[in-house]
Amino acid sequence: MTRTTSAAAALVGLGLAATAAVGEQRVVTFNSNFDAAPRAIWESVIADFEAAHPDIDIRLNNFDHEAYKTAIRNFLTANPPDLATWFAGNRMRPFVEAGLFADISDVWEENNLSEAMGATEASMTFDGGIYGIPYTYYQWGIYFNRDAYERAGIEPPGTEGMTWDEFLANCETFQAAGIDCVTTGSRALWPVAGIFDYISLRTNGYDWHMQLTNGEIPWTDDSVRRVFAELDRLRPFITANHAAIDWQDAAALIVQGRAAHYVIGNFAVGTFREGGMSDEQLGFMVFPEITPGLPRAEEAPTDTIHLTAGAQNPEDAKTFLAYIASPEAQTRLNAEGGLPPNRNASVADDPFLQTSFESLADASALAQFFDRDAPAEMAQAAMEGFQQFLVQPEQLDAILNRLEQVRQRVYAAQ
Amino acid sequence: MASSRRLSQRQVAPWLFLAPALVMFTIYVLWPIAYSVTLSFYDWNGLYDRDGQFTGRFVGLGNYRELAGDPAFTVSLWNNLKWLVLYMLALPIGLFLAIFLNQTVTGIRLYKSLFFFPFVISQVVVGLMFSWFYAPNFGLFYSLVEWITGRGVAVLADPNLVTYGIIAAGLWPQIAYVLILYLTGLNNVAPDQVEAARLDGAKGWRMLWHVILPQLRPATFIAVIVTVIGALRSFDLVSIMTSGGPFGSSRVLSYYMYEMALGEYGFRMGYGAAIAVVLFAIMMVFISGFIWRMWRQETER
Repeated sequence: MTRTTSAAAALVGLGLAATAAVGEQRVVTFNSNFDAAPRAIWESVIADFEAAHPDIDIRLNNFDHEAYKTAIRNFLTANPPDLATWFAGNRMRPFVEAGLFADISDVWEENNLSEAMGATEASMTFDGGIYGIPYTYYQWGIYFNRDAYERAGIEPPGTEGMTWDEFLANCETFQAAGIDCVTTGSRALWPVAGIFDYISLRTNGYDWHMQLTNGEIPWTDDSVRRVFAELDRLRPFITANHAAIDWQDAAALIVQGRAAHYVIGNFAVGTFREGGMSDEQLGFMVFPEITPGLPRAEEAPTDTIHLTAGAQNPEDAKTFLAYIASPEAQTRLNAEGGLPPNRNASVADDPFLQTSFESLADASALAQFFDRDAPAEMAQAAMEGFQQFLVQPEQLDAILNRLEQVRQRVYAAQ
Repeated sequence: MASSRRLSQRQVAPWLFLAPALVMFTIYVLWPIAYSVTLSFYDWNGLYDRDGQFTGRFVGLGNYRELAGDPAFTVSLWNNLKWLVLYMLALPIGLFLAIFLNQTVTGIRLYKSLFFFPFVISQVVVGLMFSWFYAPNFGLFYSLVEWITGRGVAVLADPNLVTYGIIAAGLWPQIAYVLILYLTGLNNVAPDQVEAARLDGAKGWRMLWHVILPQLRPATFIAVIVTVIGALRSFDLVSIMTSGGPFGSSRVLSYYMYEMALGEYGFRMGYGAAIAVVLFAIMMVFISGFIWRMWRQETER
């Protein structure tokens, strides 16, 4: 009898000890959709954070990259984690409007982030509140194959690029040499938005482009037609059948030298290298200037991390957010690709990240990307329109009328 | 006392046996249908707010009115029609192959299973194989056309060809399915009737048309139904091969519904539900026909 009692007492004691151990560590849940390489980096950054804060346990729950985009809509209401990764700009608007992301202006203020991450603040702000911490962004531009230039007998340009007329003249030379001047794989639609965005930014400027994505400019306006007119000049030089291939397939054309230029984000550099391209073969330049004298704006989509409104442990989550915003954490998170939004962080020692960083540093403004700047429905319709224009340019009027109808409905509802 | 108990047993027992199926049917079929129809009258982005409140807005017939003027919906509807009509090719081809394979030669089992093969593999695999087949630059079909005409045709990038390309991919397993149905049907063809017809001098087309086909009517009936339903829910191939592209030219209703309700740029649950209701209505025409015929046959017996 006594023995059982003491055994029971010991068990209770053990149980208490166990609860105490758990009680000491406060859990912060964190849902994410990292691919393999960034995930490993994140895990090591989290480990460092936990070493510095032994009382906090960050539980990373990683989802498949694409499936996450659907899952987040369920878990934010049904079973909200404390933190979740997402994207800046209009992509986070539905969640902010439904009150699912929490305002973390206090984290920005206490850590003086407006000063360190001023460039991205606007894309995180809605109605005076700041709704997340950007941890990486990547720049877009033109990657090219130097061997293709050599075969066409043209001197490859430097990072500063060239004018639009020179670029198009070169395209004729490439075409004559049997090389696609510009390639893209638009099966998933978004790659054509990159081309449109740049032509739009270079033709009418950043402010106009933002007005367009904010629904303030009718798609049937002459200014929109000017953008399509420039796109039409480029159209004959774009890889035929781009609508049937994925962006990776088009990257292969660059690697093989069957295409010369690719308007794409920095993430493609890894694909080029895996395909066997050396850093000497690969070149980078900013998108050519179209309207002379326009300040050069660039595309730089930002990835973000958010505190949810239903967070169980917002205090510790905010501590973690402040850490993620710090220059040290941002340096490490972007060590193998991407650029740190915090200006005090250092850029990885990679020639293409360094050139990206320089091209962005003196850019006049940063756009997110069409599908993040415009509301989802407008983005879908517009990207289909861009792709259709490249295949059926004679349908321009029908395309613009349709986009105008979508614009009137989408922005009226907001 | 005893007789009343027996009576109540007679009345109650069938319902008790039906109950599990009825409950399941209500939860998994009737309720979702009612919910979809209700949802189609709302404008809703799929989110509940922090308090778990539904954030949708009642718009009445607004979604249906928008559908009527939506070019993408018209394209999807037309494509569904193309699917319905061209998918029916599976019947004559399947029948022809079944008659061809319905003989006793050494190794016929092997040949039969080779013909069944596309039906056994997943639609996703079929879609992938055909996308490679059509792929520009390295696809077999592309290279073949390039070799013959000097200019390759990228079927999946051509808005005018893309739907036909996907239907061809869909026909491959569908023909195998119809083939199986007809082969089993041919097993049940009464040999005495065939013999009698032969004695009367029937052969070739007349034998097929007047003796064999009437006996294959049950198989034909099922084959028509599965082919119609297969054509209407042609979602996986579209999703795998083109994601509805280029610029939505290969969309069908089921894929458009998915895109609107659950796609990356969609989350218009009400609009997606309205498309689902329209698709349901179209399917109901065929399903009702099926049920009506079954009912008639049962009562005739």
